[in-house]
Amino acid sequence: MSETILKLDKIVKTFPGTVANRGISLEIRKGEIHCLLGENGAGKTVLMSIVYGLHQADSGHIFYQGEPIDLRSPKDAIKRGIGMVHQHFMLVPNLTVAENIILGQYPPWKVLRRMDQVERRIEKLSQKFGLKIDPKAPVHRLSVGEQQRVEILKALYHGVDLLILDEPTAVLTPQESSGLLRFLKEMAGHGLTVIFITHKLDEVMQVSDRVTVLRDGRKVETVDTSEANPRILAKLMVGREVFLEQPSKKGTQGEEVLSVRDLSVDDERRLPAVKGVTFSVRSGEIVGIAGVSGNGQSELALALAGLSPTAEGEIEFCGEVAHNISPRKLSRLGFAHVPEDRHKMGIVLPFTVAENCILHDFDNHPYARNGFLQSKTITAHANDLAQRYDVRLSGVEQRIGELSGGNQQKIVMARELHRRPRLLLVNEPTRGIDIGATEFVRRQIAAQRDAGAAVLLISSDLEELFALSDRLLIFFEGRIVGETPARKELIEEIGLMMAGKSMESFSAEK
Amino acid sequence: MAPPSAAVAVALLVGGILLLFAGYSPLKAYAVMWTGAFGSLNNLAETLLKSTPLILIGSGLAVAFRSGIWNIGAEGQLYAGAVAATLAGIVFTGLPAFLLVPLVLMAGMLSGAIWGGLAGFLKVRFGASEIVTTIMLNFLAIIATSYLVTGPMIEAVGKFPQTAQIADAARLPRILLPTRLHVGFLLSLGVAVATYLLLFKSSRGYALRTVGISPDAARYAGINVGAGLLAAMAISGGVAGLAGAVEVTGLTFRLYQEISPGYGFDGIAVALLANNNPIGVIFTGILFGALRSGSEVMQMNAQVPSVLVSVIQGVVLLSAAALGVFRITQTNNQEE
Amino acid sequence: MDPLVIVSFLAAVLAATWRLATPFIYTSLGEVFSERAGVLNIGLEGVMLIGAFTAFSITFFTGSPVWGLAAAMAGGLTCGLLFAFLTVSLKANQIVVGAAFNLVGLGLTSFLYRSIFSGRMETAREYASFSPLEIPLLSRLPFFGEALFQQNLMVYATPFVVLAGAFVLYRTAFGLSVRSTGEHPRTVDAAGLPVGLIRYASVLIGCALAAVGGAYLTVAHTNQFNEGITSGRGFIALAVVVIGRWSPWGAFFISLLFGFFYALQLRLQAVSGITIPYQFLQALPYLLTLVVFVTLRKRADAPSALGVPYKSS
Repeated sequence: MSETILKLDKIVKTFPGTVANRGISLEIRKGEIHCLLGENGAGKTVLMSIVYGLHQADSGHIFYQGEPIDLRSPKDAIKRGIGMVHQHFMLVPNLTVAENIILGQYPPWKVLRRMDQVERRIEKLSQKFGLKIDPKAPVHRLSVGEQQRVEILKALYHGVDLLILDEPTAVLTPQESSGLLRFLKEMAGHGLTVIFITHKLDEVMQVSDRVTVLRDGRKVETVDTSEANPRILAKLMVGREVFLEQPSKKGTQGEEVLSVRDLSVDDERRLPAVKGVTFSVRSGEIVGIAGVSGNGQSELALALAGLSPTAEGEIEFCGEVAHNISPRKLSRLGFAHVPEDRHKMGIVLPFTVAENCILHDFDNHPYARNGFLQSKTITAHANDLAQRYDVRLSGVEQRIGELSGGNQQKIVMARELHRRPRLLLVNEPTRGIDIGATEFVRRQIAAQRDAGAAVLLISSDLEELFALSDRLLIFFEGRIVGETPARKELIEEIGLMMAGKSMESFSAEK
Repeated sequence: MAPPSAAVAVALLVGGILLLFAGYSPLKAYAVMWTGAFGSLNNLAETLLKSTPLILIGSGLAVAFRSGIWNIGAEGQLYAGAVAATLAGIVFTGLPAFLLVPLVLMAGMLSGAIWGGLAGFLKVRFGASEIVTTIMLNFLAIIATSYLVTGPMIEAVGKFPQTAQIADAARLPRILLPTRLHVGFLLSLGVAVATYLLLFKSSRGYALRTVGISPDAARYAGINVGAGLLAAMAISGGVAGLAGAVEVTGLTFRLYQEISPGYGFDGIAVALLANNNPIGVIFTGILFGALRSGSEVMQMNAQVPSVLVSVIQGVVLLSAAALGVFRITQTNNQEE
Repeated sequence: MDPLVIVSFLAAVLAATWRLATPFIYTSLGEVFSERAGVLNIGLEGVMLIGAFTAFSITFFTGSPVWGLAAAMAGGLTCGLLFAFLTVSLKANQIVVGAAFNLVGLGLTSFLYRSIFSGRMETAREYASFSPLEIPLLSRLPFFGEALFQQNLMVYATPFVVLAGAFVLYRTAFGLSVRSTGEHPRTVDAAGLPVGLIRYASVLIGCALAAVGGAYLTVAHTNQFNEGITSGRGFIALAVVVIGRWSPWGAFFISLLFGFFYALQLRLQAVSGITIPYQFLQALPYLLTLVVFVTLRKRADAPSALGVPYKSS
């Protein structure tokens, strides 16, 4: 058996209101790829942030290469050869690649006159590892995949022995993902130890030597991957048999509710983000939009919702012209929107649950009369929604910020769905929420379709798209590069399209 | 209200140390200050007179700050209001009081609203930071007033840089003779209650607060963010302008160069200390008014420089900030 | 008008430009550091006043403007420490604290001035200060001579201080971490750098330089103190930072522009035969700020984490 590089002994970490790690012990062997598997909120990221020195454990010990270590900040971790690639990249957008890589490398008084030396070293490294990148490029000009390469290069530049990656494939196409996994395997072959945080079972099976399953802040078990299968792992992860029940796809499709023609939309920096897309959604169907995030899906959603102006093209909703009209008017036409980022848009964090329930209706009868809010009606309405959508809270006068992500999302769903929309736009509906809430949210989306609504589902989670959609549109760089039935067997084709191969070129090759 | 009173205690302590350091007896100074603020009916009236513009401005700024716009320009808006009110009070001498008083006050309010709305417009149309523009507009309003009272609007005698007196019919009635306390104080209480209702009980207020916490959520809710910011600037500017009009019609009866001893800036502290709640503003406004009028008596009777009051006010604000009074107003904006 | 008169008028304006720009240069350069690290200090006016008063009183009692300047810096650092403690450690709202600093700065300096110097108003008017150093020969140059070579040390020092500031900000590891902290503090944290300490340092630089800017008014520009002597310069410095796009050299040149507005205003007032009311000239710098501000707007350059307290999760 090879030696142990990292040993965690009864790590406990609490945050106000929650216990993230309840005494986790764990051993990582040198040169292995070790997956940390668990649901959202199982405590994986917190545990690894402790190993990286971002958080300090309340109790417990960390041994690194046999010695007990005390990590007060990431600096201590980096010094010992521990690196971490975070789920949300830790890069300063307006600095260059080289500047990002050397950030924190030198004492403050160090004069950085010789950036060209640094740049040359980075070029050498990137050639050696096949991670092509221009060290002089400002980070905000790079694609998400390239930014991830910078993150990995940063760790390699620091000379890591142990590399932690937090859900690294979330932002990649299936092909890019397998490229990354291959790369990690090769690196492990050269002696690098990798801890890979994920909740995707097939990745675990594909890449890891061993896997540790966490649930609810505790370690469930560590198993050799060769002795595991996805079914066992899923059971360990959730704590019960799961049949991620496929909601039936039986909707009866009716008339065209949404029709989009040659639509172009610019992003915040006024660069074209959506470039002439055409599609339609009928009542009783769920159309899924697949694509690596950042390929124009967000801008499409905002334009459809009346939240950003369209540059060109037409949107027709229930037969009425619907581009560049106000969210207000859209909502009156029967449009509902579950936005991508709950905290930024879907809810108002310091408001109470009750106040959040009337976000669209705050000046409509019966919630407002003669310009004054009717608090009794509002409270009753919120209580009703919370009950029907199974929201766990102590009362509707509670601030919504105090609820869990899943319960917040249920409130958003409740608010949007209770109006019986004719068109429902849902963007990343289950990102960052627990499995229970995920199931609930997905059932609600399917129920809307069954009730005859037209649903447009944007998600970076292919599993989710397969589970819910009737057909898929694949987005790449602001264009629809293909349309397929939502069948799992087509994952390879879909993956290639997500990487920019259009359907035509695809069939031509065949 | 616990942290604000602790903040006041800290501030008095700091002021006391300062007094000791400068060779005064803090106890004596504070005793004189207390009597100065509340010791007699007349002193109490003077305190409430000084609180009046503070309550007005503070209530308006509470609306602005809750709507997420940092109006630092209440001082200038007060001047704008005072100028317009004086003008109206001089020109329309023929009107009876029941017409002229509302007219004069409206003129002040409108003028303040325009001055404040200008900063709002620059923000919404050009994205110019309201912090910088309102500060510039302060200077401009004060300089413009100085020009008017030395030039075009100077009194007929032309001896001092001040305007003629406004018409008798434009003056606010007094409510507590023989003191100078006038109906403007009651008006300020009314405005505080009205802005409270607007902010927390009306659907317009709901929209403004949403804009203040999260512009994205506001757009999502179908609220016109730009219009909200403009409205918030116009409301806070209008109320500050009203404060200027009330000073002219209730107290000075004419315009001169330094019509405000910095009420517009104190108003910022008054609003923040009350956590941008207009009902709270009534209390913090009276507190700051008492500090101001007490310190003037202190200067007269104990020869302690009255500017000490700025230190005390500043330290109240600092300790309130340190004690976390303002946490609630931030959120959504804060990184997690 | 006689062309010679115009030329000499312009020369006089130019000579005053740099002098009048100097307090803006120091103060806005400091604020560039502070804002680049993500801390907005609208209390510059108060800090400048404290610097001005400290420099004045120490110079008065020691007879040495150098000591006065050093004391002003110490006063500025003290302000910075308090500001950073409240806004960085306690995460208090930066605008609230800044507004309070302005109140305290004005109140404290006026109170102490009246308490300490009320009996010595006469003598207080005469003390040593940095006097103009004429550069031999060069100062006799026509037109530019006075503007460039007849200034005091604190004025001459400005381009060098800005050069040093730009060097620190763009060419040192510390500067890199400052620029990163204002944009993306979480990354700085993850790189193992102390976000809080970097912000403390930047705020300290900001307040120390603001105090120097204030001190300049009492120990170099004039040799006297009066209440509220800064008369809004701290607020102008805030605008300078924005218009100068958060860069040291930007701050330098925009300060010169403002110095020019001020000089023009003062000189025009002195010209006989001009009948413009002096208030119009007074209003000029503020009006131009507004115009420049609106036309040169480009918010994208503001540090994205400006004004946002950092909470390590």
